[in-house]
Amino acid sequence: MSVEVKSVERPKRNFWEQTYIPEIIKGLGVTLGHFFGVVARPKKNIFTVSYPDVKRDYPDRFRGKHRLMLREDGQVRCVACMCCSTVCPANCIHITAAEHDDPNIEKYPEVFVIDHLRCIVCGLCVEACPCDAIRMDTGTHCEPFTDRNKAFLDRDLLMQLGAHSAAEQGGRYSA
Amino acid sequence: MEALIDIALIPILKVVVVVFGFAMAIGTVLTWVERKQSAFIQRRVGPNRANLGPITAFGLLHLVADGIKMILKEDIIPDGSNKVLHMMAPALGLLPVMIIFAIVPFMDFYCHGTNVVIDGMDYCFAEGGIGAGVVRLDELANPLYNPRLGHYFQIADLQAGLLYMFAVTGVSVYGAAIAGWASNSKFSLMGGLRASAQMISYEISMGLSLAGLLMIYATIDVNDIVREQGDLLFGFLPAWGIFMQPVAFVLFLTASIAESKRAPFDMPEAESELVAGYFTEYSSMKFAVFSLGEFVAVVFIAAITATLFLGGWHVPWLYADGFHFGFDAWTGGAATTTAEAVSAYAAANPPDLALPYPLVVFLRIGAFITKTILLCFLQLQLRWTLPRFRYDQVMHLGWKVLLPISLLNLVVTAFFVLI
Ligand code: SF4
Ligand code: SF4
Repeated sequence: MSVEVKSVERPKRNFWEQTYIPEIIKGLGVTLGHFFGVVARPKKNIFTVSYPDVKRDYPDRFRGKHRLMLREDGQVRCVACMCCSTVCPANCIHITAAEHDDPNIEKYPEVFVIDHLRCIVCGLCVEACPCDAIRMDTGTHCEPFTDRNKAFLDRDLLMQLGAHSAAEQGGRYSA
Repeated sequence: MEALIDIALIPILKVVVVVFGFAMAIGTVLTWVERKQSAFIQRRVGPNRANLGPITAFGLLHLVADGIKMILKEDIIPDGSNKVLHMMAPALGLLPVMIIFAIVPFMDFYCHGTNVVIDGMDYCFAEGGIGAGVVRLDELANPLYNPRLGHYFQIADLQAGLLYMFAVTGVSVYGAAIAGWASNSKFSLMGGLRASAQMISYEISMGLSLAGLLMIYATIDVNDIVREQGDLLFGFLPAWGIFMQPVAFVLFLTASIAESKRAPFDMPEAESELVAGYFTEYSSMKFAVFSLGEFVAVVFIAAITATLFLGGWHVPWLYADGFHFGFDAWTGGAATTTAEAVSAYAAANPPDLALPYPLVVFLRIGAFITKTILLCFLQLQLRWTLPRFRYDQVMHLGWKVLLPISLLNLVVTAFFVLI
């Protein structure tokens, strides 16, 4: 088997390029162009968004902080099926399932903690959930914190962010 | 009383104004300019957060914030370092670039008498007008012969100005070398070694590149060099060093940027290889002193390049009594002449646009400062335009490129000076 060799022609430098001086002047032209472009019209030529002062609109499908959706009666929709914690690549959803008093509801999460120190905001948990119980559509992100415990979002906090879901429990839409 | 003012007060005032009001002030502002300029080159905003309420002054307040921060930081002296040398090194780094400003001329000496411009040179006749009898032109222009002329806009009117400059730049390598050696850190040591090697190599081409200039102007007195540059080449082009010695200009600028240890020649610091090179182990104000020294060196390079190559305090075609666009040839001999001949020449060559002398002084100082600031700007622009050299490339450039070219330049200049 013959090896295919592609010979790349090396660029040749002529005398003036070798002295660098015209090239340096050209380079200075480029940087000076940028410099004076910004000096003359800073609004047009700087694209920086001064973040905390100026905020950008997020796109509709922005994946933000998680929330847990609620049933009609305000209970958590989650049935502790473990789909999300299984699929989570960062392994950051911790669920302890418990038996529910209502015989129509099999299980519910006694403990449901998302560790935002580990979450990579991939959105796979939302994809995996069979009952529209977890969503990432709050449009906010996890706030900066100085206390690590603040990064562990527990069930009640996630439920406070939640709302009723129009989906029928079990995955089908009612209307 | 007058003697006291002349001997003590004026020199001290000069030191304060030039070193603190000019060199340090521009050097400090350059730390801000560098960040803002690099930001604009890269289409960023640059420093803009430091504020006093609504006042941010384009981020200039970062200078104050930085200063306060540097003072409040902990001053760390690493274990096993040589404490005394570690303390001394920043001072040794900053001191040479400060004392070197002694020879920077901001203006010619202040003429207390009558100004006469002869063939592109200002001559100052003592108070009471042009005397009778024989006049030696070269003596008139030389304050050593005429002490009343000695009001220089320069800290020290050294006859050996350029030698002093080379002496001090030769000493300035100690700051970096000692800092590297005394820190007890491998990175610092590497940085210090590189600094010594690089600065010593480039000093040679720096000196040789100026030798051609010295041959042409036949003096090492900085002020005389500037005075010679007031001449006109071919009757219209100012005889600035950059037109007389364009090759030397490029060589000198390259070598002195290398001397100042800034990118593209930042081998001694080499953030990507050596953390921060020779001042890795420095913190607090000692670190600030090192970086300030670097910026003051930038100002000095700008000032000395303006002096030697861009006509120093000359405004093109502006002489002591106003703008002259061309002169009659002077036929009265090189050195000795009579007062009548001078008067006749001056009467035949009135300025094309007469200006009062104080205004000329003002314009000249302004021209010098403007040139210096523009050259500082150019250096920063170069720093953000060019990629870094590799260490062996720096040595290659210094020894195998700059040195032969400056020797060649010297030979060619010598040839032209001879014929
Ligand atoms: S977004 Fe991704 S990483 Fe975060 S909890 Fe959901 S699955 Fe895990
Ligand atoms: S996938 Fe949905 S229902 Fe299942 S445990 Fe996660 S949140 Fe609860």
